[in-house]
Amino acid sequence: MSSHPLDTVKHAEQTPDTALPWAELGLKEDEYDRVREILGRRPTGAELAMYSVMWSEHCSYKSSKVHLRQFGEKAPTEGPGAEAMLVGIGEQAGVVDVGQGYAVTFKVESHNHPSYVEPYQGAATGIGGIVRDIIAMGARPVAVMDPLRFGAAEHPDTKRVLPGVVAGIGGYGNCLGLPNIGGEVVFDPCYQGNPLVNALCVGVMKHEDIHLAKAAGTGNKVVLYGARTGGDGIGGASILASETFDAEKPSKRPAVQVGDPFQEKLLIECTLEAFHADLVVGIQDLGAAGLSCATSELASNGSGGMQVELDTVPLRDSSLSPEEILMSESQERMCAVVEPDKVDRFLEICEKWEVTATVVGEVTDGDRLEIFWHGEKIVDVDPRTVAHEGPVYERPYARPDWQDALQADDPAELPRPANGEELRAAALALAGSPNQAAKSWITDQYDRYVLGDTVLAQPEDSGMIRIDAETGLGVAVATDGNGRYAKLDPYEGARLALAESYRNVAATGARPLAVTDCLNFGSPEDPAAMWQFAEACRGLADACRELGTPVTGGNVSLYNQTGEAAIHPTPVVGVLGVIDDVARRTPMAFRDEGHLVYLLGDTREEFGGSAWSQVAHGHLGGRPPRADLERERLLAEILISASRDGMVDAAHDVSDGGVVQALAESCLKGGKGARIVVPDGLDPFVFLFSESQGRALVAVPRSEEVRFTDMCAARGLPAARIGVVDGEALEVQGQFSLPLAELRRHHEGTIPELFG
Amino acid sequence: MTTRIGVVTFPGSLDDSDARRAVRIAGAEPVALWHRDGDLRRQQVDAVVLPGGFSYGDYLRCGAIARFSPIMEAVVEQAKAGMPVLGICNGFQVLCETHLLPGALTRNDHLHFVCRDQRLRVENAETVWTADYAGGQEIVVPLKNGEGGYVADERTLDELEGEGRVVVRYLGGNPNGSRRDIAGITNGAGNVVGLMPHPEHAVEALTGPTTDGLGFFTSALKKLVAS
Repeated sequence: MSSHPLDTVKHAEQTPDTALPWAELGLKEDEYDRVREILGRRPTGAELAMYSVMWSEHCSYKSSKVHLRQFGEKAPTEGPGAEAMLVGIGEQAGVVDVGQGYAVTFKVESHNHPSYVEPYQGAATGIGGIVRDIIAMGARPVAVMDPLRFGAAEHPDTKRVLPGVVAGIGGYGNCLGLPNIGGEVVFDPCYQGNPLVNALCVGVMKHEDIHLAKAAGTGNKVVLYGARTGGDGIGGASILASETFDAEKPSKRPAVQVGDPFQEKLLIECTLEAFHADLVVGIQDLGAAGLSCATSELASNGSGGMQVELDTVPLRDSSLSPEEILMSESQERMCAVVEPDKVDRFLEICEKWEVTATVVGEVTDGDRLEIFWHGEKIVDVDPRTVAHEGPVYERPYARPDWQDALQADDPAELPRPANGEELRAAALALAGSPNQAAKSWITDQYDRYVLGDTVLAQPEDSGMIRIDAETGLGVAVATDGNGRYAKLDPYEGARLALAESYRNVAATGARPLAVTDCLNFGSPEDPAAMWQFAEACRGLADACRELGTPVTGGNVSLYNQTGEAAIHPTPVVGVLGVIDDVARRTPMAFRDEGHLVYLLGDTREEFGGSAWSQVAHGHLGGRPPRADLERERLLAEILISASRDGMVDAAHDVSDGGVVQALAESCLKGGKGARIVVPDGLDPFVFLFSESQGRALVAVPRSEEVRFTDMCAARGLPAARIGVVDGEALEVQGQFSLPLAELRRHHEGTIPELFG
Repeated sequence: MTTRIGVVTFPGSLDDSDARRAVRIAGAEPVALWHRDGDLRRQQVDAVVLPGGFSYGDYLRCGAIARFSPIMEAVVEQAKAGMPVLGICNGFQVLCETHLLPGALTRNDHLHFVCRDQRLRVENAETVWTADYAGGQEIVVPLKNGEGGYVADERTLDELEGEGRVVVRYLGGNPNGSRRDIAGITNGAGNVVGLMPHPEHAVEALTGPTTDGLGFFTSALKKLVAS
């Protein structure tokens, strides 16, 4: 029991001068003043807890909002992407029409900071959170992916963080029964103290099943269901409870939440069953800021009025204070708004799935969110001021003074391989470098088969899921984000991230439709990091408009910074594509001898931020490759047409590591070699290692060659025949030959040696 | 009359819809069975599949709680009377917990979850669930588990070997430390089979590495139709 008197609204009115720990809770003085001004009195402890957490950077986007607006303002207004948008930014996840009455929702989020503190649970609950966002839209989750960034592969702390993160993703996702179909693993010393653990989830529903988070209808009941509320994941509130009100309390509980994937699996089934029985008016998952967020957002999105009896919330720990209950981030909980005559049926479904469910409040006809504790009012606020009308900052930003010097440090000066033997050594070193090495040691810890609709999974260019077994309709998703490029030029880096992700989706034969993004940056209080953020937003918004792929939602993660050292600006861009018949998909593997290898696109001398410059010289400088989005669009058209008309047997995006790395991957995947000829007029090193954009490799059956090259010529896409699938080595004529067995040892041995 | 093959859903079952799909592709009628409903007769099922997943989260010990569900009482009774029962992955673990099959499944020796396309040899092609294969036939089906190491005492292992009750064996490297590379076993009568690999994920060329897994389901169907 709490020893202090309950800080009710009445008590707050009577004791206007009581000092509250607003600074410890992360509020700025002017923010606290604004809370007082909104309420016309000092907040109660519970109200302060709600405002502090809902106005945090994480929940309010107060530093990023002014830049994120561009995604809406510049959103494409025509084309397939714009026409497909059903629900845009602002909801828990965006929703896209994929045809045949189906809609797809997808979103990527970060769980960076918790995953550094506690890798297993941090990564596990990252999956849990994004999955609940998808369920809350009314969709059945069908796949997850994880874009990951770690510190240097050889660093001892990476050996702590990576295995924990991977085990957490596997432990949670496998037990939840969602196939993990892709993602990325990138190493760079800049992520040493700030690993990035992003998680993406895709869900599918019929158009009529789309649900939004709102509490409409006076008298409707608010049902909290799922796990009981415990003391885990209480950030600010434990400061509030322990330092102000009750110094006698036991020590603070863990700030990182603990996940229970079994409970989450039940939550999925139970929620979808309730949706299909048409028992739900509005729904919201409990993630960051727990009940504070769910109640204020539900009320704010509805008519505005809601009453909650906080003492009805089922607890794991009966000693929790009301402030802690409001703040708890215990996982696997959801909140539904249900009409009174449907409550019994809703509770029956919860009982069937053995999910605890409790009516904790109801929608009122007022415009106040009122929360009671043992009959006394401890919160009385306008929910919009908590959920949507938080502070907005125009943070100062400035191009860092080192940017010019960085861009002037051109990789053209670096020594290059001068003969066949040196090219061979460089190709092997690249294929075996941690970033380019096979990640199967990691991805084999994830279930890619469950649900039985996985058509493509890692290491393919994009993951692909069948969503209708009758027609073969499917979706493809890829994520990309090259922090090295973005460091050299954040505007161009964001465009390149979209370009690569878009290309990866098209390479498998799917038509790119929409974008989700996870923007991982340093501190917004550092003008240099803020400039990177502003530039990346501008770049991504421009690029989305040019490619006709609207941003449907996403997430911002700031403060990825240890002391002065910020991470590379890392905009991770996820692209969703649709394919009419997954049987037409194009895989990456060279499978049949005799197929002709074509390189599509133009190769220029572009080594800024390249994998070669990193592996061979530990160098980062110059300018990143140029993003040519018109070219990307054309390339995508060709890849999609070739897939649909069966003109290519394999396609693989050319990106990090250039043509030689792409060739190595396609050869190893299919277990077939290739004989390659350096095209006339190209320097062998530039041909093999440059990272010029807008390129892909394809394997064309001889019977389709004329049709394919005619199509490329007619549409104006350069297509160079560079060789043939053949033998058991990757041979670049006149330069070197790499037996596949040797290549495989290098490519597949690195990660197990480091982490196995 | 069509052959009805039931697939049990426990809380935490994950590959139940996949098992139902495999049953359908094999030509039988899949029947969803709920763990609380122990009335198998009313459901009129001719065989039962216990699917993969993490029943009850598998927090205590894999399959340890599922064995106490009402439906398992009925499954055990029917299995003893000769009804074909196939346990896949978590289902195999449940069958061991109920003692329909001997031994137990323990944490993989390398301590990681493993998901891979696994080569297997069909050692016994005479069970209800493997009659469509040739003895010694090599197949490839997905394997995905964290606790797939098959263990039993030496005498039991010798008995299994001696009686030809090892149904499938791992080839090309033991993926989890199973004793004697055992991937699946059967009871003495050959109607109850449990295995860690997932034949239901190898029934379509589009989504599986092969279609080698379909034989498990067509085998049972043929036996049932013939009887």
